[in-house]
Amino acid sequence: MANIHQFDVVVIGAGGAGLMAGLYASRGAKTAVISKLYPTRSHTGAAQGGIAAALGNIEQDSPAWHCYDTVKGSDYLGDQDAIEFMTSEAPQIVYELEHMGLPFDRTPEGRIIQRPFGGHTNNETGKPVRRACHAADRTGHMILQTLYQQCVKNNVSFFDEYQTLDILIENGKAAGVVALELSTGDIHIFHAKSVVLATGGHGRIWEITSNAYALTGDGIAMALRRGLPAEDMEFFQFHPTGIYKLGILITEGVRGEGGVLINGKGERFMPNYAKTVKDLASRDVVSRSMYMEMRDGRGINGSNYVYLDVRAETVNKYAAIDGRTNPDGSPYAMTGDAILKKLPDIIDFCRTYLGVDPVTQPIPVQPTAHYAMGGIPTNVYGEVLADNKNTVLPGLFAAGECACVSVHGANRLGCNSLLDIVVFGKHSGLRAAEYANGADFTALPADADGFARDQFDRIRNNKGGETVFKIGQEMKKEMFDNMGVFRTEETMTHALAKIQELQERAKHIKLSDTGKIFNTELLNAWELTNLLDLAEVTTASALARKESRGGHAREDFPKRDDVNWLKHTLAWKKDGKVKLDYKSVKITQYQPKERVY
Amino acid sequence: MQVTLKIFRYNPETDKTFHYDSYSIDAVETDRVLDVLERVKGEQDGTLTFRRSCAHGVCGSDALRINGRNMLACKTLIKDVGETLTVEPILGLPIKKDLIVDMEPFFNNYKKMMPYFVSSAPIPADGKERLQSPEDRIIFDETTKCILCACCTTSCPSYWANGEYYGPAAIVTAHRFIFDSRDEAAAQRLQILAETDGVARCHTAYNCTEACPREIKVTKAIGEVKMAMMTGKV
Repeated sequence: MANIHQFDVVVIGAGGAGLMAGLYASRGAKTAVISKLYPTRSHTGAAQGGIAAALGNIEQDSPAWHCYDTVKGSDYLGDQDAIEFMTSEAPQIVYELEHMGLPFDRTPEGRIIQRPFGGHTNNETGKPVRRACHAADRTGHMILQTLYQQCVKNNVSFFDEYQTLDILIENGKAAGVVALELSTGDIHIFHAKSVVLATGGHGRIWEITSNAYALTGDGIAMALRRGLPAEDMEFFQFHPTGIYKLGILITEGVRGEGGVLINGKGERFMPNYAKTVKDLASRDVVSRSMYMEMRDGRGINGSNYVYLDVRAETVNKYAAIDGRTNPDGSPYAMTGDAILKKLPDIIDFCRTYLGVDPVTQPIPVQPTAHYAMGGIPTNVYGEVLADNKNTVLPGLFAAGECACVSVHGANRLGCNSLLDIVVFGKHSGLRAAEYANGADFTALPADADGFARDQFDRIRNNKGGETVFKIGQEMKKEMFDNMGVFRTEETMTHALAKIQELQERAKHIKLSDTGKIFNTELLNAWELTNLLDLAEVTTASALARKESRGGHAREDFPKRDDVNWLKHTLAWKKDGKVKLDYKSVKITQYQPKERVY
Repeated sequence: MQVTLKIFRYNPETDKTFHYDSYSIDAVETDRVLDVLERVKGEQDGTLTFRRSCAHGVCGSDALRINGRNMLACKTLIKDVGETLTVEPILGLPIKKDLIVDMEPFFNNYKKMMPYFVSSAPIPADGKERLQSPEDRIIFDETTKCILCACCTTSCPSYWANGEYYGPAAIVTAHRFIFDSRDEAAAQRLQILAETDGVARCHTAYNCTEACPREIKVTKAIGEVKMAMMTGKV
């Protein structure tokens, strides 16, 4: 017999989006936040470089420039009304975080400090602009901690270490969720009027990734199982600078502070690909440039990595060449000590994992699977859209990386994800409470937890010799090799067949842990089914899109094709197969044009 | 190289008491201890149970006692700890299963510190940020790094001796707010920490500072709180 709880609003996930949604919803409605981790373990805490907002604290900037940069960064696939909404809300929400006590670093005048980041520009000069508000290189950590602290202050109800397994939808409306209490193995039903999905990303599909083990795409996978579409899944961002072989993120802030990418010939190569902003081009552009260098034999020692060099002498040499200046007009100059103060965590990572000290040595880096631009389709209030006519599914919301508003389109700009989670977390929380206050509870279906139990029972009763670990490894390797930075018809067809083979083999995973209490093996097996489903949808969406745009780069279709492909992909899973449809992109101010950095 | 692990095991559903299991596994010296644990679970024994998430030392899930010292499994390389490892749960919190402990007592102590920003001052009339000088900001910089992994608290002999002690991590949290020039509840937090289970239980063993994977000088922070308590100055 399942335990039954009743709340007006339940929020699934306790990263930045979930905590912001929980905080705002709890002000107007009885709210619970359910998370498979303790909230402070969420991956928002791994975000480093900053949150984008045109405060103009150091130099001239405007939300309109931020808007245009985001549209251009999205390779014109972002919905411009949503981007206008997010970038115009940005300054106020950053001030709000400061009012909550967030310890931003400060300018000499005591204002929030800002640094340059990839793709953020002064629209008049085309030069990088200081827009990334930060706390050293742990901005995400400070956002996560601050929002959790505010939730504690406001007595938000938490269900920590509860894995949500299913979304209940009855009569076309959200009715709650089914969750597993990890410490007991008991099933709980949360009967709710509003459900906010804030479950984060799914980078664990790929071998080299910056993502946490927990990022297994649970929210999107659950939505797909309940007949909802996933939007633009073929667009997944490979961050240019992951630690070689490990994938651990090295913030773009390193390049913001003047670091440059160096190939095996000792040359700075980004000016050959982006002559104006160079190393601060958009992430898709930089990752592709690195691959092209490596493919042409100009990786370090001919291998598949390059150097990220932030040594003071290198920074100062290229700052002089670029004519970079301080706000007072003096030449930009860096010292080893200043680098250590501005980037303490990434220096610690390099020293710990590589035995490399970035103050005196260059850092070996390679592109790492980082961020899902796609996800559950929503509008700017977080309301989930069930079809290509944007029909709202009453009571169901999504925010953060698991959602697709779409503000990132085909490629996200750095620092726009922390902005996304707080802006859309807030608005989904507000709208979820507002909706709940005007709605009645939808009756729970009979056997509400049946669908979730079936999934678990099937895994428990599997017979065969497969393991979670082995199938996971094969999936990650296949996806990194054949669904990575560059793709072709051939590689994607191979990947799709392999993923479908692995989905079959996953039915023969034999578990050795038969217990209820903290059965992490069972949990990992279920998470693997989510990853495989998302890998399949991602690959099928990518295979169909016969163009290159943002994070989706095809060698067999190297050009963007606005005539045929300026549209969002919607993918459903129906009767075990992926079904695709499309919907139009909202264009307001900016007509698509060639994207040059 | 071949790494030998002796791992603490306890399954409350089947075991009356704990025991140790041994595993031998191929590894390279740059493997994280977490990588090795993952491979043991994946390839040898699916029942082995532990927490983990970010795998690079920022989420605080995998605090473990490795060869008798508290550390994060994901921030410790094999070359740092050698080829023979004993892996146990952190000490002083109830054990739930294998390497997983009950974190509730730890977070309850955290919550006693008023772990949130308090200010009744109106926000600036222009709606923008409160001003804070870089000098004021740097005073509490180090304690903002805390990831609540519990490495410090569960390495503290005073905490082992008396589980009512709020512990180093809670005091680090209090420090982060007490020394923030914008916050107004320093006096209340100092009063909480002046109670029997507050800073008086710290006997400067320095285990906390040694255990901190974020290199926070925890003992120093506790000392600053004690000093503020005595002088009334922050």
